[in-house]
Amino acid sequence: MSIINDRLFGIHDDALILQERNLKLRAENIANADTPGYKARVMSFDQAMETALQTKSSSQAGSAGRLTTEDPRQMGGGASSSIREGFSVPDAPALDGNTVDLDKERVGFTEDAMGYQTTLSFLNSRVSGIKKALGGGQ
Amino acid sequence: MSLYDVFNISSSAMAAQSTRLNTTASNLANANVDASSPEEAYKARNPVFQTVLEANGGRGVKVAGITESQAQAAPKHDPGNPLADENGYVYSSNVNPVEEMVNMLSASRTYQTNVQVMDTTKQLAMRTLQLGQGQ
Repeated sequence: MSIINDRLFGIHDDALILQERNLKLRAENIANADTPGYKARVMSFDQAMETALQTKSSSQAGSAGRLTTEDPRQMGGGASSSIREGFSVPDAPALDGNTVDLDKERVGFTEDAMGYQTTLSFLNSRVSGIKKALGGGQ
Repeated sequence: MSLYDVFNISSSAMAAQSTRLNTTASNLANANVDASSPEEAYKARNPVFQTVLEANGGRGVKVAGITESQAQAAPKHDPGNPLADENGYVYSSNVNPVEEMVNMLSASRTYQTNVQVMDTTKQLAMRTLQLGQGQ
C-alpha cells in the first residue's frame, strides 16, 4: 500500500506535510508577536524537502525504518519531524528581546498559504487523473 | 494535524490580546480618578505575556500575570476636592493616556492578524477536506 501511495502522489504528500508545518511555525510567530524574549523561528523548506525525499527513498528500499513518537513534542524520524528549525535574524530587535517582525510574518504566512494551495491543487489533479484512468477515460 | 494546532495557537494569542485590551480600557477609564493618598491612587495595569508549550507541541501565548506600574502618582493642589488630604492635595492615577492609546492600537492590530491567520487556515482546512471531490 505504501508503494502505491508513494507513486500516486509523488512528492506532493510530503510537501503538504511540510507546508502545514511551515504554516504552524508562522502562526506561532504571529501569536507571540508581543511576547517579551520570544525569538522568531524559521524553517528551511528546501532542506526539509530534501531530507523528506531521502527518507522516502531509503524507506522504499526497505533499509531504514521510521521512528515512531508517542507525544507530539518528541522528535521523530518521519518526513514531518526531520525539519530543522532555526531562529530568524531580526532587522531591528525590540528592547524586550522579541525578534518577531509582524509585517514579515504576515507576508510569509500569505506566501506559505499560497504554497499550500498549490500543493493541494497538484494533489487534486493527481486524484482526478487517476479517476479518469480508472473510468477508462469516460 | 498541524492545521488544527494553528487554531489553538491563534486563539491563545487572541485571548491574550483581548486581556491586554481589557487592561487598556480599565486604565483609560481610570485615568482621571483622584485619590486622597498616593497608595490609594489608581496604578496603570499591564499584562505580561509568556510563551507556553501546548500539549500538541504548539507554542501559544498566555498571560503570566498583570503588573501594576510603579510610577509616582502626581499630587495636585485642589483644596475644594472632597478627597483632598489635610494639605489640600489629591493624587491622580499614574496612567499615561498616550502609552495606553499605543497599547490599544498594537493589541487590536495583533488581534486582527491572528483572526486573519485563523480565517486563512480554516479555508485551507476546508479545501483539504474537499480533496479529490472535484473533476
